[in-house]
Amino acid sequence: MPPELPVTTSASPHIDKPALPGLLELFVAFAGMSLAGFGGVLVFARRAIVDKYRWMTADEFNETFALCHFLPGPNIVNLSVVFGARIRGVAGSIAAFTGLLGPPFLIVTALAMIYARYGDLPVLRRVLDGVSCAAVGLLLAVTWRMMLPLLKRRDPSAIGLLLAVFVTIGVLRWPLPQVLLVAVPASLGITFLVRRRAKS
Amino acid sequence: MIAPASLFGIAVTFGWLSLFAVGGAAAAIPEIHRIAVELNHWMSDTQFADAYAISQLSPGPNVLIVSLVGYHVAGIAGALVATLAMCGPTAALAYAVSRLLHRAGNSPWPSLIQQALVPISIGLMAASGLVVAIAADGSMAAAALTLVAAVIAAVTRLNPVWLLLAGGLLGAAGLV
Repeated sequence: MPPELPVTTSASPHIDKPALPGLLELFVAFAGMSLAGFGGVLVFARRAIVDKYRWMTADEFNETFALCHFLPGPNIVNLSVVFGARIRGVAGSIAAFTGLLGPPFLIVTALAMIYARYGDLPVLRRVLDGVSCAAVGLLLAVTWRMMLPLLKRRDPSAIGLLLAVFVTIGVLRWPLPQVLLVAVPASLGITFLVRRRAKS
Repeated sequence: MIAPASLFGIAVTFGWLSLFAVGGAAAAIPEIHRIAVELNHWMSDTQFADAYAISQLSPGPNVLIVSLVGYHVAGIAGALVATLAMCGPTAALAYAVSRLLHRAGNSPWPSLIQQALVPISIGLMAASGLVVAIAADGSMAAAALTLVAAVIAAVTRLNPVWLLLAGGLLGAAGLV
């Protein structure tokens, strides 16, 4: 891999990039990614921001997403806020946030109304049962894909932690805050020690 | 600690939960289920599975399952309050942190925290899978459909929406 150039994060304008978007453009772009995103918006966000509009390089996008991933809350919502802020401050955040959530919220609310009215119809009941099964399958597949690198590395502490979280939350149904209160410091400590050992 | 099924209760419940939503919305499913089904009895297991299915069937971020839970409890206002409570506080936090880090330069902490959170968020996702599987898969046929969908999604790059629609068709045909 070639040595990476340091990413300039100064406010100087990027010459090779198109003009930064206005508020309406931000709203429309995030609404577009969101409405294209079935089973997660991240792929579509990357495609739009990096490939289509060229508002960020791939490295800048990865860096921004990494930040949004370690913060609590829906990652893609965090991404919209952070990205909007970099472009147009608070107003940009709000434009991207409402673009991302507003249109799909209207759709999901309309579906909720239909469900509340007709959810007991036998046909709809059967359709939803089928969709549920497939949706669970998709979730299992995503989890499997994420787990694969950990399994390949045979990282015992990470796999142990993963199992502990799975059992306490999924099987024992302990409250999330209590589990995280133990798991997060434990994982931070282990990660820190492993890194220090790798350095020395 | 049973929150009343009021708008205020919804706001407090999801606002608090969002602060622990490590690894995104999919990882928060077990806790949403625990609060909505087990603790507060806002909805049944089947209704929760339905809400999950509908949230996957509609475009947009996965977090919109909380809109469906909110709607179930308190109508359109409930949907709006649940969504804003789940997204608002953490969005404000993300805004503040991104401003700070912009100045802090190359601190090792973000990458350390991120790496430490990986096994936790995958563990949470696996727990999500188990929780929704128990809620959705009431029969052998249902479990079989789930397995087939999982294998297809794991080995191909098929757009998920086709699998969801196929599941719906099989369901309509009475095969699940």
